[in-house]
Amino acid sequence: MEITINGTKHIIDDARQDEALLEFLREDLNLTGTKNGCNVGVCGACVVLIDDKPMRACRRQLKHAAGKNVLTVEGLSQNDTLHPIQQAFLDKAAVQCGYCIPGMLLSGHALLMQNQQPSRDDIRKAINNNLCRCTGYVQIVDAIEAAAPHYAKNE
Amino acid sequence: MTQNTSAWRNDALAKVTGKAKYADDYKFYEMLHVVPVYTEEVSAEVLAIHTDEAARMPGVVRVVTYRDVPGKVNFGQIQKDYQILASDRIRMHGDVVALVVAQTRAQALAAAACVKVDCKPLPAIFDPEEGYKDNFLIHPDKGTNLINHHAVRTGNAQEAFKSCDFVLEEIFTTQHQEHAYIEPESSVAVPDDDGVIRIYGSMQHPFVARRFTACLLGEPFSNIEVFTIAVGGGFGGKDDTAALVAARAALCARLTNRPCKLTYDREWSMRESYKRHAYKVYYKMGFSGSGLIQACDVTIFADGGAYCSVTPWVTWRSTVQCCGPYCVPNVHCDTYGVHTNNIFTGAFRGFGSPQMNFIVEQMVEKAAQTLGMDEIEFRRLNMVKQGSTTITQQKLDGHTVSMAEVLDTTLAKIDYYEKRKRNTYGVLNETGEYYAVGLAMSYRGMSLGAEGIDICAAIINAQYDGSILIETGIHENGQGSEAAMILMAAECLGVCKDRIRYRRSSTSSIPDSGTTVASRGTLMGTSAIVLACNKLKEQMARVLSESLKCQPKEVRFENDGLCGPNHTITWDEAVWTMFLRQEHPYAMATFQAPEVSWDEETGHGNAYFTWVYGCQAVEIAIQPKTGKIRLLSAAATHDVGKAVNPPFVLGQIYGGMAQGYGYATMEDLGIKNGKVTNLNLGKYKIPKATDVPDFIVTIVENPDPLSKSHAKGIGEPALELMAPAVANAVFHATGQRCQSLPVTVTPQS
Repeated sequence: MEITINGTKHIIDDARQDEALLEFLREDLNLTGTKNGCNVGVCGACVVLIDDKPMRACRRQLKHAAGKNVLTVEGLSQNDTLHPIQQAFLDKAAVQCGYCIPGMLLSGHALLMQNQQPSRDDIRKAINNNLCRCTGYVQIVDAIEAAAPHYAKNE
Repeated sequence: MTQNTSAWRNDALAKVTGKAKYADDYKFYEMLHVVPVYTEEVSAEVLAIHTDEAARMPGVVRVVTYRDVPGKVNFGQIQKDYQILASDRIRMHGDVVALVVAQTRAQALAAAACVKVDCKPLPAIFDPEEGYKDNFLIHPDKGTNLINHHAVRTGNAQEAFKSCDFVLEEIFTTQHQEHAYIEPESSVAVPDDDGVIRIYGSMQHPFVARRFTACLLGEPFSNIEVFTIAVGGGFGGKDDTAALVAARAALCARLTNRPCKLTYDREWSMRESYKRHAYKVYYKMGFSGSGLIQACDVTIFADGGAYCSVTPWVTWRSTVQCCGPYCVPNVHCDTYGVHTNNIFTGAFRGFGSPQMNFIVEQMVEKAAQTLGMDEIEFRRLNMVKQGSTTITQQKLDGHTVSMAEVLDTTLAKIDYYEKRKRNTYGVLNETGEYYAVGLAMSYRGMSLGAEGIDICAAIINAQYDGSILIETGIHENGQGSEAAMILMAAECLGVCKDRIRYRRSSTSSIPDSGTTVASRGTLMGTSAIVLACNKLKEQMARVLSESLKCQPKEVRFENDGLCGPNHTITWDEAVWTMFLRQEHPYAMATFQAPEVSWDEETGHGNAYFTWVYGCQAVEIAIQPKTGKIRLLSAAATHDVGKAVNPPFVLGQIYGGMAQGYGYATMEDLGIKNGKVTNLNLGKYKIPKATDVPDFIVTIVENPDPLSKSHAKGIGEPALELMAPAVANAVFHATGQRCQSLPVTVTPQS
């Protein structure tokens, strides 16, 4: 089985197909930016994109990602340049403890790839399955809203 | 990568790139994995713990029980009643009887299921009022289930009630609340070649983790070094419990002489970690026909659960603030912290105030309603003002008493008077919903007050290349404390903040500065920074005044350099000159909180050295068929003294409001016979992005002369007002009072 993770192809033994994607990312690849908050698919700290769709890595097995592209928070910035959505999270003071942030970034990124002019309600719906206990969400919504024009430019 | 931002904090770049390392992200060579073992009992005598079968399981290196503890198995911050590994008795469902240490986590989990414990069930108590009767003792050695009693005896309440025109008597209850930090507890302990155990853990109090660990290992503090790393939220919850996790990991590391990681899964965390205290409160308020509160009689039963933790401190704050921000001449208050076999309770953002605010802010509205008086005018008449005397006989002076300012601002921001004209009082409006606005206000004593030792250290270590290292005894829990310290140091030294690196302190690098709780981080930490900066400036001015051809007292620190009346030198030149003169630009200073006082018998004293004032209001709609409350808007105004890093002051307030809204409307652990039934975030609901609106927040700054930086605190005031604001709004919407939390509206068929 072959999975492309942040642009790099990984050949994985088919015998491992039932292993959790989250564990593989964290333990095998040391991609520890993807977090485990509940392990039952409700908190969203482990959200990654599989073929541009937000998925919970704790509830996805390797077979679900076979032949697909997986994007984690580590793959967002390229050539040492922050992705506009990362920059927006800094600018808008969206980061406190930071534990939910990788999942938030990826849920926001998935939304903005689809919709470059989201309303604040659209943004809230897109991150509704990403729990944050620090921020009350306001500045996270601000950040995703502020990043939107950068996606429109790249269209 | 460089960071070019409008809002700034030093740790955000690592957090948006996934590089920030939290406890479970740490890996060490030959590291072992630890999992805890529980029983299914809530109250039982432990007859035997069988570990043989587990020890033979694949990959198992060791199974650890109380018998393996080299030091003392019992510890606690106030009473040493917590068994870090249970020996003879189970007192709650979260008690840990053994730790399984294995090569992999999967192996440890498999073996943990093979540990067998023989127990003889004992009676159990789940109601603190029942516990208070002492029919069954949860800690027989204590001779009572009473953890603590606090009192206030001001004036003569019993006599005063006789002359009151009106007297109201009500009963209120509040539920347990889970902190629900998104990162569950985790610690990695590494036994190093110098004999020191180094701990990297998710915690908000490294010094308490060190105390627990030293006790369990029977080793001196100098053998244990706890490091600051990224923490995925605390909210008061990563004090004792996080310390237990650290101590257990350290025990396993000492016994196996290998690095050991103990990472909690969510269910263990929710089963074992302490919660916010559930309260039952009997509240009697007497007032005159003209609307003056004349007497309050308050009896509080706080469910301390199986262990003491910080129950005496939490309930002390409830006692001091039992009448809210109102002047009451006659007060009789008795507060009892009582053991039960429920999950134990401890520190949680708010620390005994959210419960009392929920009650007091409804009582004042009930009183106003009784009199047919405007609920805001009733508050204005009774609230504390500049120079007022609190119920504990503290005169509010030395700082700005801004109760009226925050109230007026909040009323204006939410447009309270206009909107309340549309309050429905149980009659559906044109859209078929109930609708109302509701408000609550509070004052809050800052920092620890007469609870205990209240000091904080800061170190400034200016390097001869021009860079500057600073550190304090305050811990970064996600709130942005490090950034606040950097900004304060930059302001004091007149240098660019980019020169300054916050050195992540360890328990071995800086004196024990207490726990980062009680909204004291910014207040205590930046005050210590100011003192250390002043000391450093004095030293530099003394050495460099000659170069500046002036007197030391004429030297000013600004624009990234030092200035005399006629000459200036750059910061780089200054520190290099210091080096050549063989002087280290280094300062360590301690901020000691101004004196406070307390008399346990009368409940009189200057409980806190300064206070903050806050007011929040909500606008809600309720769908009658479902009873579901929708939060349409919410406004908050808080006096923080000085906002050191304003975007993150806003962030604290937004986050506190959301957490307070969860407490108000949805959070429920479903504790049945001592067992938490809502053990994960699916069943234990916390506010999601669509549950809360864009909050309207105003920061008020009345610089506080008692704080060296003029800054006070915001973490807790932000949370403590949503429950009463929502409860008041629900009353104005439905005409029904909600006297228990979470607030629920019965659906109408």
